[in-house]
Amino acid sequence: MTGSRTVPVASKRRTPTEVVKLKRWGRVIGGAAAAALVVVIIMMFATSRNVDWPVVFDYIGNAAILSGVVVTVELTVLAMVLGTVLGTVIAIMRLSQNPVLRWISSTYVWFVRSIPQLVQILFWYNIALFVPTLGLGPWLTPTNAVITPIVAATLGLGLNEAAYMSEVVRAGILSIDKGQREAAASLGYRPAQLMRHIVLPQAMRVIIPPSSNEVIGMLKATSLVSVIGAADLLTRAQSISSSNFKIIELLFVASLWYIVATTVASIGQHYLEKKYSWSSRPMRRSSRPVVEEQV
Amino acid sequence: MSQSEIVVEAIDVQKKYGDQTVLKGIDFVARRGEVTCILGASGGGKSTFLRCINHLETIDGGELFVDGHLVGYRESNGKLYELKERETADRRSRIGMVFQQFNLFSHMSIQDNLVQPQVLVKKRSAAEAKERAQVLLERVGLADKGRAYPRELSGGQQQRAAIARTLAVDPQLILFDEPTSALDPELVSEVLDVMRDLAASGMTMIVVTHEIGFAREVADQIAFFDGGKLLESAPPQQFLTSPSTDRARNFLRRVLS
Repeated sequence: MTGSRTVPVASKRRTPTEVVKLKRWGRVIGGAAAAALVVVIIMMFATSRNVDWPVVFDYIGNAAILSGVVVTVELTVLAMVLGTVLGTVIAIMRLSQNPVLRWISSTYVWFVRSIPQLVQILFWYNIALFVPTLGLGPWLTPTNAVITPIVAATLGLGLNEAAYMSEVVRAGILSIDKGQREAAASLGYRPAQLMRHIVLPQAMRVIIPPSSNEVIGMLKATSLVSVIGAADLLTRAQSISSSNFKIIELLFVASLWYIVATTVASIGQHYLEKKYSWSSRPMRRSSRPVVEEQV
Repeated sequence: MSQSEIVVEAIDVQKKYGDQTVLKGIDFVARRGEVTCILGASGGGKSTFLRCINHLETIDGGELFVDGHLVGYRESNGKLYELKERETADRRSRIGMVFQQFNLFSHMSIQDNLVQPQVLVKKRSAAEAKERAQVLLERVGLADKGRAYPRELSGGQQQRAAIARTLAVDPQLILFDEPTSALDPELVSEVLDVMRDLAASGMTMIVVTHEIGFAREVADQIAFFDGGKLLESAPPQQFLTSPSTDRARNFLRRVLS
């Protein structure tokens, strides 16, 4: 096409005209069998006489169920905020130069991870047996007035979460190149500024995927609080089924809402990851005029 | 030249890593407005010495003064007080450092790399800091790169931006730790040009480098490190033409051949 020289064509060989694809029969059979199994299972549920589907649809929008969803989401948010803030503090303690702080931090993680979440929730719910009043001097309150089921649930879930989040945050902090810290230190950043403005923002990229996992885990772990009657989604579903005996149906209703919540959380994760993926972000030429007009 | 005030003074400085001694008694002087190039083979303690000057490393013996202050200490009533982290940060802000690997903050645009240190360390307003950032970016030939992220620039551009960032907090002294060693050969000269301009503007510079040509042309003194010792310290002409130690002669033969 370009030069005037003709390129000699390999003429001895006849060019094949058609490509015959390999028939992958194993794949076809395996796929068909798996699909058939799925259809059978779905039909089993859909046509079962023991599942009263209209009841499921009736209760999806039920006011008590919806308020349970709200409580579940609230609990998730509260426990994750507590867990993340405390977890970050514990991670920073773990990485500090102070041996006492390091010891306290690793002991906390060991201790909390050793005790089942359910036991921790029950402990906080019953804390009044151990500490009957809260406060100092004249400002005393009975503990039970402060530790409502929601507070107990938040403490139980959040303090437990802090141990796990601290490991996530620690991994994120450790992933940052030493040169970034040295550059900031040599510019005169103080240790707290260095952590807040240089290390943590960069660590976010490593921290987000596992912490989204933690959020999704938390959404479901909140169901544990049904043992202390914290009015979450599962508690609501169970209290309805204990009066109408539609146990399977209400578990379906609860599951459906858990699926919705985790799906929303996953979508949120996708956008957060995008926001912090500055290393793969295309150059933004028009987004924001970074340079003010020179006066 | 020798009348100007002393900026860095090292007296018998020692540094150990475990039981390995990397600095074996360094005596060194750098004066205001001077460019010192530190030459020597790898592992001779050049970079370690540089890092001691802004307290990224602590020394294990001897005395090291910057601007008349003992590095890491404050003297008061005849006693030495170890500096608080805040005071160390304040002292460091007066000493710039340029790294081999550039170390621009990778989560920020080039402009933010120059603005944030001014806002956090020098307490400037964002508007003032942006104005100064733009002036500095123009000075290093990157006026149109403010919005780019570090990874979008070439190594040479990143290093020039890193020099501009260092200048943003108005250091009295800039340390260069092999600033061109990580660069592709064709990008070395653009960085050396910026450093040459900086030297011409009267900045006090201590440069660990392998660029003999740069040292010959720009340095006021050359310090030759070998095996954890400062073996020679002389003006470039004298050092490059008639070094007084065998080790320096061998080193020069290897790098100049």
